[in-house]
Amino acid sequence: MLWNTLLLAMRAIRRNLLRSFLTILGVVIGVAAVITMVTLGNGATRSVSDQIASMGSSQLMLRPGQRFGPGAEAAPNFRLADVEAIRHQLSGAAAVVPVVSASATAVYQANNWSTSVTGTSNDYFAAANWVIATGRGFTEAEERAGKAVCVIGNTLRDKLFGQQPAVGAEIRIKQFACEVIGQLKAKGQSAMGSDQDDIVVMPLRTVQRRLAGTVDVNLIMVSVAAHASIDEVKTQFESLMRERRKIGEGEDDNFRVMDTRQIAETLTGTTRILTMLLGAVAAVSLLVGGIGIMNIMLVSVTERTREIGIRLAIGALEHEVLLQFLIEAVVLSSLGGAIGIALATAASMALAGVMNVPYLFDPAINLLSFVFSAAIGVIFGYFPARRAARLDPIEALRHE
Amino acid sequence: MSAATPLIRLTAITKTYGRGQAEFQALKGIDLAIAEGEFIAVMGPSGSGKSTAMNILGCLDTPTSGSYEFQGVHVEHLSRDARALLRRHFLGFVFQGFNLLSRTTALENVELPLIYRGAPAATRHAAAHAALDQVGLAGWEHHTPAELSGGQQQRVAIARAIVTGPKVLLADEPTGNLDTHNSQEIMELIATLNRDRGITVLIVTHEPDMAAYARRVVRFVDGRVASDHRQEGAG
Repeated sequence: MLWNTLLLAMRAIRRNLLRSFLTILGVVIGVAAVITMVTLGNGATRSVSDQIASMGSSQLMLRPGQRFGPGAEAAPNFRLADVEAIRHQLSGAAAVVPVVSASATAVYQANNWSTSVTGTSNDYFAAANWVIATGRGFTEAEERAGKAVCVIGNTLRDKLFGQQPAVGAEIRIKQFACEVIGQLKAKGQSAMGSDQDDIVVMPLRTVQRRLAGTVDVNLIMVSVAAHASIDEVKTQFESLMRERRKIGEGEDDNFRVMDTRQIAETLTGTTRILTMLLGAVAAVSLLVGGIGIMNIMLVSVTERTREIGIRLAIGALEHEVLLQFLIEAVVLSSLGGAIGIALATAASMALAGVMNVPYLFDPAINLLSFVFSAAIGVIFGYFPARRAARLDPIEALRHE
Repeated sequence: MSAATPLIRLTAITKTYGRGQAEFQALKGIDLAIAEGEFIAVMGPSGSGKSTAMNILGCLDTPTSGSYEFQGVHVEHLSRDARALLRRHFLGFVFQGFNLLSRTTALENVELPLIYRGAPAATRHAAAHAALDQVGLAGWEHHTPAELSGGQQQRVAIARAIVTGPKVLLADEPTGNLDTHNSQEIMELIATLNRDRGITVLIVTHEPDMAAYARRVVRFVDGRVASDHRQEGAG
């Protein structure tokens, strides 16, 4: 009997091609829109969290000053003595890295490029999650002596050297010549959208003496040891700095300790909200698609009621008629859902390429949108039919 | 079945529509016995209840009171599904408005009752072709109702009604939408089915020309049987 009912359902789908097509279309639009939007949103979130991971994890960053904007006093920078004190007194710190920043124009033969200069120790590469692609980092002797050596980022390498080898060459920065000893593996854009690879890294002393002309340190990065709690180290760090900078009780800090985990949470939180927003917009298309299906189904009730009357009059049982309508609705909705998923997959892959975000298949959203659209198709295909199938055949036949 | 037990027996059948002030009694107590192989024309003016009686006989509608025996079984006590099975196995219905499935070929329309019977595809095709052949539509199997004339559509409807080999063929004004020529052909066809295959035929009509084919004429007036007499069938 199931086989025969299946046959009847298929014949009904075939003889109402336009209605079948529109029903499928409604499901396709809803399913494809939701899946595409959410998949791209997920890709964007992943891309942001990847960028955050490229910053290095479990880090505390100490900067002078409490807040920006008017009324903010210029807070003093740190000294190497601070770095030494942190190294010795802060337990739970795996590495303490001083950083001084400057900007300068780098020149190689006829090429020049304005870039940012970072003066730091060799620990910086590990702490900031840099990989040296070719060449080497700084030796202790180079750091102590403030030698003119540098490790360059991928962007700078491209701008100055093109396809030529960079390691071993000499570039000129401001007034001094500097030997390129290493080259960093590319990281790409930061979560804030700046180019992380436009960088040249030198020993701290080199930058302090030859570029900045001070003994200041702008930023101290502390990598938290794997076994230590970030929050505890941060609290300890803050009280140590208050003590060293002689901040009295009740006075505000004149420095800030930022936690990369916090930054990461803020940024992923933002993209997650964006994804939800996109999902909400897509849910509207799902709803509109659903209303389309509903419309088609309800408009065809009159014709279908007469059809049901005919079927009942020639001896169909109520449940046979209902099963046929159910199969019809399930077949159309499933077909629409399958096409929608296929379309969404193709569109997401193409758009992910264009938007430069990874394509991530999300089974939950595929299933959810499929089930929702299919349910609308089935409910609005089935319930009007159920009402008609409960009529006396003669009433169904007379239906206008 | 003994000659004493008729195929169909209606006893004191009434049918009331609406309620209260709007109540309308379409049938006010019908008694009728029909033997196997009869060809009966049911006549009467509009609103006399002849179509209502026909729908009750065809198990498409239920009586308000009274008893309806079909081969000794009390139909008024049967469930919806049991009455559907009665229609499926013993009754064929032809309507004034044809009631074919639109956008569906003649062959598929005729096959429909056999699908519900669960007949295998080969049997189904053969029977449907034979039925269409019998109503003179060989060669028109793959045309949809929209591509057929009124007379042809009614032939498809008759083929659909007889494809299962029913005991009774009920036709409610089968020629009501047809011209004289087509009407006569349809009546000839029905008369042949009655004569050659022994199908019991009941037709509702208000045209004396059509009623002339029957061997028994039952006349309805105001929801009652006003006269019931036998005649020489022209078919």
